[in-house]
Amino acid sequence: MRNGHLFQRDSLTAFALLLPVCLYLAAFIGFPFVMSFIYSISNATIGDPHYSITGLNNFRDMFHDAAFRTSLANTFIFTFVSIALVIVLGHILAELLIRDFPGKWIVRFLLMLPWTAPIALGTIGFLWFMDSVYSPFDWLLRKAGLLGSPGDLLGPMSNLYWLARPGLAMASVILVHVWRLLPLATVILIAGLNAIPREIVEAAQIDGAGYFRRLFHITLPLIFPVIGVTVLFSVFFTFTDMTVVWILTRGGPPPHATQVLASLAFLKSIQGGDLAQGAAISLFFFPVLAGIAAIVLRLVKKAVVI
Amino acid sequence: MARVRFNDLKKHFGAVRAVDGVDLEIADGEFLVLLGPSGSGKTTLMRLCAGLEEPTAGSIYIDDQSVTGVVPRKRGIAMVFQSYALYPHMTVFKNIAFPLTVEGLSRQEIRSKVEWAANLLGIGHLLERKPALISGGERQRVAIARALVRRPRVLLMDEPLSNLDAKVRHTARDELKKFQREIGVTTIYVTHDQVEAMGLGDRIAVMNEGKIRQIGSPDEIYQEPADTFVAGFVGLPPMNFMEENGTLTAFRPESFLPASLIDDHERRIFNFRIERIEHLGSYLLVYGKVGDALLIANLSLRHEVKEGAEIPFAVRMADIRYYDPASGRRIGK
Repeated sequence: MRNGHLFQRDSLTAFALLLPVCLYLAAFIGFPFVMSFIYSISNATIGDPHYSITGLNNFRDMFHDAAFRTSLANTFIFTFVSIALVIVLGHILAELLIRDFPGKWIVRFLLMLPWTAPIALGTIGFLWFMDSVYSPFDWLLRKAGLLGSPGDLLGPMSNLYWLARPGLAMASVILVHVWRLLPLATVILIAGLNAIPREIVEAAQIDGAGYFRRLFHITLPLIFPVIGVTVLFSVFFTFTDMTVVWILTRGGPPPHATQVLASLAFLKSIQGGDLAQGAAISLFFFPVLAGIAAIVLRLVKKAVVI
Repeated sequence: MARVRFNDLKKHFGAVRAVDGVDLEIADGEFLVLLGPSGSGKTTLMRLCAGLEEPTAGSIYIDDQSVTGVVPRKRGIAMVFQSYALYPHMTVFKNIAFPLTVEGLSRQEIRSKVEWAANLLGIGHLLERKPALISGGERQRVAIARALVRRPRVLLMDEPLSNLDAKVRHTARDELKKFQREIGVTTIYVTHDQVEAMGLGDRIAVMNEGKIRQIGSPDEIYQEPADTFVAGFVGLPPMNFMEENGTLTAFRPESFLPASLIDDHERRIFNFRIERIEHLGSYLLVYGKVGDALLIANLSLRHEVKEGAEIPFAVRMADIRYYDPASGRRIGK
């Protein structure tokens, strides 16, 4: 009875319910964040538990490092190309999936699969698809007469070496990443499209607007806030992602053709042992992502129709 | 301006026959009201006319030119939706201008036409606002302005007054009729509200279960209902029915009066057992029975009647209609 009495006090109940979340956030986000801040201005390594604060020299070294600059450029290319593809393809898929057609459920089901599978597992599948010798993609291309003999469109060699040629490796990484982000974006965009009252679209139809005018003057402006949120999620998932890169290419082909900041930080701090450098690189995410979030949220807020 | 003709028009959704063989001709400049309960097919019929649905069978003509299968934008129609369907991200000006922008008119033409429509509807001062910041009545005017600005051949309206407050609905109805007369556009107006239908329509088409039950002037629909559905649907309270010797005798509550008030020899007298009386401000509704039939009389306040009394009531022969109980059709006309 006394227990019941205690829980009737709203503030105590609220506190009890919020406590686990606060502990979780403090332990797994707050603490690492503070530690990476401290490491970034120290000389910490994984070999030695002792370290001393050395100031901003890690950041200076970082900016002078060609690998960092390449990774930074790669991260932006990876992020912007992936997101552009995800938004355009996601919108097309969403437009198709809000219509009724026979077998719609199975298409929806298949589309969701990449999202339900663990990223690493899906990517390992692609590792085989893009294998330098046994790639089924290459096999299909050879069978289609596009690859493998002199004069073929994609060249005379027997394989494309998806992950071994700098440009193609980046394209492959982007392809796999788009494959896995697309379901989330599509679902969000379907929700956005479904939220547009049907009568508004019909009114535009009667007012004489054809498909593209409806798309650019009615539908897109109305789902702009939803697109903004989708972009935001995708940026976070992409900018900070290293799974796809690490499994497919480990940042290669050498020196750093597909290296992104997340994988570089891992490479430097865990594999290279230089915790301080790794911490400095990963801290670089913070102002960039905060800035992007602020800009997107501001645009979305402005566009929201009261 | 244009004539509209539906030719044996059908629209089935699976097993549901939303529109089930409609033949209808609407004259140039006519205000036709489609009246019916929800699910009667009136909105589907309008959407077929707009081209938002394709008919299962039959054809639609605007000015003798078949528009069956033609996309909405090539039909020369405009529509006012029940929810108004204004574009929420555009100002009132841009909303009204939208159909003109699509046509590719010059800025100046657009401005002058939008101003014409806005002044006609008295919303000239709202042009720079967004739809969310104006009242329901104003939104409705914007929707009408957007529909009229292009000078459509046919104007379709789907319950445009049903989202308005009851208080402004009367004035809105009056104004609507005025705009329509001024512009003279052929209008098809869907409603389930018989007061709107009677007040607005040049003719009313009463629909039920996908079929048109009767077409006629408001007076014809009210005085000479073609079947028991129309008789029961139009009129508040509805027509009284009594089954006698295999036919249905029917008359309006306001034709059913104390016998002393009807000196006409051509009358029928009933013994009316009064059960309950409702005072509704300007009139009385008297509920009671003749034999087993439950009847309602609509009397003016001057009459003195008492609950529980049995009084002779009468109806003029000229006010009595007869219907076949099996088919519901009218007999003897």
